[in-house]
Order: sequence, then C-alpha cells, then structure tokens
Amino acid sequence: MVANAPSPSLRFPHRHLLGIQGLSAGEITLLLDLAEGYVEQSRQADKKSAVLRGRTLINLFFENSTRTRTSFELAGKRLGGDVINMQAQASSIKKGETLIDTAMTLNAMHPDVLVVRHSDSGAVKLLSDKVNCSVINAGDGSHEHPTQALLDALTIRRRKGRIRGLTIAICGDILHSRVARSNFLLLNAMGAKLRVVAPPTLLPGSIRAFGVEPYYDMKSGLKGVDVIMMLRLQTERMHGSFVPSIREYFHFFGLDYAKLALAKPDAMIMHPGPMNRGVEIDSEVADDIGRSAIHEQVEMGVAVRMACLDILMRRNMPSNAPANGNGDRNGNGAAARPARARPARGKAKR
Amino acid sequence: MSIPLEKRPGRVAYVNARLIDPASGLDRHGALLTDGERIADFGARLFNDGVPEGIKSVDCKGASLAPGLVDMRVQLREPGEEHKETIETGSRAAAAGGVAAMVCLPNTDPVIDDVAGVEFIARRAREVKLVKVYCHASVTQGIEGKQLAEIGLLKEAGALAFSDGLRAVADPLVMRRALSYARGFDALIIQHPEDPGLAAGGAMNEGEVATRLGLAGIPAAAEVIMVERDLRLVELTGGRYHASHVSTADALDAIRKAKERGLPVSCDTAPHYFTLDETAVGDYRTFAKVSPPLRSTADREALIEGVADGTIDAIASDHAPHDQDSKRQPFAQAEAGIIGLETLLPLALALHHKKKIKLAALLAPLTSRPADLLGLATGRLAKGAAADLVIFDPDRRWTVEESEFRSKSKNSPFAGMELRGRVLRTIVDGRSVFVDGA
Repeated sequence: MVANAPSPSLRFPHRHLLGIQGLSAGEITLLLDLAEGYVEQSRQADKKSAVLRGRTLINLFFENSTRTRTSFELAGKRLGGDVINMQAQASSIKKGETLIDTAMTLNAMHPDVLVVRHSDSGAVKLLSDKVNCSVINAGDGSHEHPTQALLDALTIRRRKGRIRGLTIAICGDILHSRVARSNFLLLNAMGAKLRVVAPPTLLPGSIRAFGVEPYYDMKSGLKGVDVIMMLRLQTERMHGSFVPSIREYFHFFGLDYAKLALAKPDAMIMHPGPMNRGVEIDSEVADDIGRSAIHEQVEMGVAVRMACLDILMRRNMPSNAPANGNGDRNGNGAAARPARARPARGKAKR
Repeated sequence: MSIPLEKRPGRVAYVNARLIDPASGLDRHGALLTDGERIADFGARLFNDGVPEGIKSVDCKGASLAPGLVDMRVQLREPGEEHKETIETGSRAAAAGGVAAMVCLPNTDPVIDDVAGVEFIARRAREVKLVKVYCHASVTQGIEGKQLAEIGLLKEAGALAFSDGLRAVADPLVMRRALSYARGFDALIIQHPEDPGLAAGGAMNEGEVATRLGLAGIPAAAEVIMVERDLRLVELTGGRYHASHVSTADALDAIRKAKERGLPVSCDTAPHYFTLDETAVGDYRTFAKVSPPLRSTADREALIEGVADGTIDAIASDHAPHDQDSKRQPFAQAEAGIIGLETLLPLALALHHKKKIKLAALLAPLTSRPADLLGLATGRLAKGAAADLVIFDPDRRWTVEESEFRSKSKNSPFAGMELRGRVLRTIVDGRSVFVDGA
C-alpha cells in the first residue's frame, strides 16, 4: 500500500485526537489524503497491512455504540494491531471505579492507543491527561466527535470533488450534537458555507458564533444547498420538552422528497447514524442510493480511522509527547481560525 | 334601522355615518359601500349625489361606523360546558356587542391542544355563521404546563395564538422552551400572568378589603413577578409574548419598559379592570370575582393611563360565562369570571367620555391592534377589506338588563348599571348579524 505513505515533510504534531479544534486545514487535508489510500486497501480481498504491528488498541466505550466501535476495531485490525474492546457496562466502572482510576489501570497495561467514548463532555480530555499513550475521542457528550467529522468530509470530498465553496445544511438536533460541533469546525476550516436548520429549541443561543447561518424552517434552509446532513433527535440527552411530538417534528423538520426538492438537484444526503426513520428522515429518502451517502459514510469511517491510527502511531515515538489539548507542541494550536479567515470563501451573500 | 337580517349580502350603502378608522386615524362624516363580503368604497363624498338604483341604502343617522370589534379573549365553553355557553349563544352575544371577530380560549373539555380541536371550532363557527370565531390553542398538552403542544401543526390548522387559558405557564423552563419554539413559527405565546404559588388559595386582591372580609388575598406581586420573569425569558429567546388581562400598575409598567427596549411584547386588559376596583366585591358579590382579581384604585387608574398612552395593545372582554350554581357559592368557592361581550364597547367608551381619549384612539385596541397582533385581516376600514363593521351611537344611554343578555350566562356585575354607548348594528362579511331593536 505504497499510496498510503504521506509525504514526510507533512507533520502532524499531535499526540491525541481529541477534537477538530486545534487541527489546521493542512492537517485535516493530510488525514483525508491518507484515508483515500485506506479506502482502496479496505476494498481489496486482503485488507491487512502491518502499520500497527505489535501495537495495542483499546476501545473504551462508556456509552453504547455499535457502529463506531466496530469501525475502530476493524481499522485497528486491518492495520495489523491488537484490538481489545471494553464496554463500560461490563467493566469495573459498574463497580464504582472512577474514570481516572480506570485510565490509570489501563495505562499500566501499556496500550498504544485508547479510543474513548463517554457521555460527558470533556471526559475524554480528562482521561487523556492521565495516560502515556495516544487517545482518540470517539465522542464525548455534546462536545466533539472528530473522526465522524473527518469521515463526513471525506465522503463529501469524494462525491463533490471539493469542500470549499459548497453550501452545507446541518439539520436537526444541533443543541445536543457533538457531530455538529466537530463538523462546524472542520467544514468551516475547509471553506464550506454552513447553515443549520432546526427549531430554535434545538439550536444553541450562540449559534452564529460558530460561523453558521441559522434557519428555523427547511424551506428556506435547504434552498440551493449542495449537502444535507441530517442529525438524529437525541432524546436520551434531552431534559424536558424540546419538541412537542415526533409527528410535528417530522412534518416540519423531517427530510422527505418535498423538502429535498428545494435543495440543488444533485444535493447529497448524509446522516451520521443511527437513523430514526420517520422522525428526522423519510425512509425512502434514506434508501435513495442516488442521493443518500449514508452507507458510503460508514465505509469512509473505517478508512478515516485507519488514517488517524496510522498518523498517531507514526509520530508517537515514546517520550516526545506533551499532554495538552490534541498534544500540540505549543499549547492549543492555531485551531481552525486561520483557515476560516481566508478571503476566498465564495462571493455568495444571501 | 329595521332592516331584517340578510342571508346573502349584495351591495349596501351606509350613508350619513361618522366614519372612524382607528388604523388610519380617519374620523369624519361620510358613507361606506359594501359589495358582497368586502368594503367596496368609503369616504366623505361617496353618495353625495344620492345612492344609485339597485344599491340598498342604510341611513346611519349620524351614528359612528367603525371596523367591527376584535375580541381576542373569550371563553365559549364549547365543547364541554354547553350549559354555560355555546358557540351559538356566544356568537349572538358577540354580535349584540358589536364584536365581529372573537378568539376563544382552549380551556374547554377536551382541551384544544390538537388539530381536531381547532377544526371543531372552525366547523361550529361555519355552522353558526354569525360572527367570526377563532381559537387559541394550548401552549402545553392538556394545559398541564409540562409538554409543549404541537404549536406548528396547530398554527397551520388555524390557531391564532397559544395560551393555557386560566393557567399560567408556571415552569420557567417550559415557558422558555415555549417562547423559543414558538419563535420558529412566529407564533404568539399568551400568558395568564399570575404566579400560581403566590396566588394559591386567594379569592380577591390582597389588601384592606380582603382583610376586612376575611378573604385570602392574591397580591399584586403574583402578577408582577410572573410578568417580570417572562420578560427575562423573552429577552433570552426572542419569542413573541403577550400578557393577558393585565390588572396591576407595576406589571403594566414592566411591560411599558420592555416595549421601550424593543422586546416583542404586548398586553391586553379587560373593561372590568379599568371600570371597577376591589371595593366592587362589596358584600361578597361573587359576580365581582374574577381572575386576576379586581385591584386597587391606583391600579385601575394606571390601566386607564395604559390605554391612553397605547401601552395596552388590546381591550378584550375576557368573557367568562358561568351558570348560577357556579356563582351562588361562598365567595372563596365561587368560580371566577364575568361575561363581557355585550358590555365591552360601552365600558370602553367610558374612557372616551370621562377620560377624554379620542374615539379613534380608543377603538384601536378594540379593532386594528388586536387584529394585527393575531394576523387577522380585519379591524380596519379599507377598500377590499372584509366588510366587518359596527354601527354605534357613542352617546346613547341605556341600562344593562340581565334579561336582555344573549349570552347563556348572566354573571355580570354591570347589570342594572346605566352605560353610555349603544351598538346599533353589527355587520360581518357584509351581512348584518345584529340590528338593534330588530
């Protein structure tokens, strides 16, 4: 898999991947380019390489997941690493161990990568401060889910040939979504024009600060967009009544063909899964292979995670690792800001 | 004025009228022509040379001709309590009161919290076909103050605004969500501004009179606190908010200041709050029991000032019919409420007669301003607008007779009182639905 080798001049100065926050547009591009090669590798009959030979990856999931955990497991195994899955339900967490004790215990077993999902925002960062290995955030509360944003970006780039200048509408439960937050950062850094479409109860009050244009109805929000990203209604994170009923939510915010017709004729549909058919998306629309990239997203997920594991392991020569944010050498990095400040973000003004 | 009620309106000329249009400030002698359901023309010189052949002519004899009243808050008790009022009897009362359009509250049985409820009201209104009847739907499901009602679907179905009736949306988180969610649909949230904790057990305004009567009081603070809280939530969410039947000077002042700051806030009051004060309870008169309670003289004066300076957007009857059994009770146990449709205009006109508020300015909160708040295409004299009109004599004196109420219920503290200002004719979509003495 010669194609996988990134140019040695491109550096990825992070020990962890805790979020898109702190990654530059160049680093994002590096990861996406690397993942392209892994898409090919995963389509071969022999999917295995030896990049992670001898390395240990622990999937540590404090929140239920099938898709993401399986994706990381496959990614680790295809790169030749040893992968162990730990579900919090079966672990000592149930017996009252604190998050930090769990981290210290696992750390003592010398893993190379911890892939962590937790229902609390910031929990993965807390854990990363206490271990010597790399940590990948597989979703923390309503904060970030960086590999999801990367796989979304890869899916868009492969279908549309670019990200810069595209108009992308992220629709639904923005308030509770870590996918939305990671995507704001990544897609803004890559020069897309972002909209969010949701009832005001599901939008944070400070939404404009994220460089996105809020819309309260699908009619205006989907008009002329290139990409529609639907989000799941996260009822498990909701305290109280954010929307009156599923019926009303689907009527106004569920993606069906009538609403889809407002987008560009070649607009693609994405969903991070798991989908709630008849809640945020009409069943037929979800299954429309001409429009829906939902299965492609899953495929890109494995490739992107292979790329992330690869790049962290390559640079993770023991002992040169500050434990700060994504592990940037100089603290918290330039984040996505320089990329957002670029002048050439399209002339379009609504 | 003895034209029989018409079935199909043709062209009708109303001549020799004092034309008053609150929205434009017009107040001058002239004539108005309706063609079918619409206003075709009006003005000072119209029909100066006589009414042409083929147009029915109504001589107003100098009476005032204004847009039909828009009453944004009535209870019609249908479905569920048809022994107190029905959409038909309520519509008759409205027509007699000069009200061409009214909006009923959703606190019926069942509660109007689904599309079927809104459609029921619309169907009954079509069947009765007197005045225009609309409804508010509930803010929360079952007016329980917990789960939001389907505000989007209900608005699509025709609900004009959202109100939990006689219950405040008490939980601040629910109110926040309601205002925020409603903003997405540009829907108006109407609050019954009374803190239920502070008001619990109270029967009348807290103060000297209540103490003397030995009745538990409801402090003015119960209203002020709720309004002030809600105004903070409006600031947080940007949702459109309306405080109904404001009764206290301090709550009104809070709203006045919020308006000055540009918040999307409005309010109404009912005639009894600027006509009566807590002394009307007198010797435990349950007809003077109302929610919120009649307040102090100072509050009453402040409300009149609020109408005069425009802080009060609407004057609504707050029509609350109750049968005798509901009122023939010890004061604390009697139901709260006053019927108001048939006394709305003369009680409001008292502010013109006694407080020197100009007639056009006084009619605005009875017509164009509530219509604008609710998005109704009525409440003004304009070519092509719906021919919803009231003809009234602002000066004629009459005595309120309980036996003459069209409403099924008779719970009015104004019975026996001499009022000034009489509705002569009410026209809805070009049809005369009420003619005095006919």
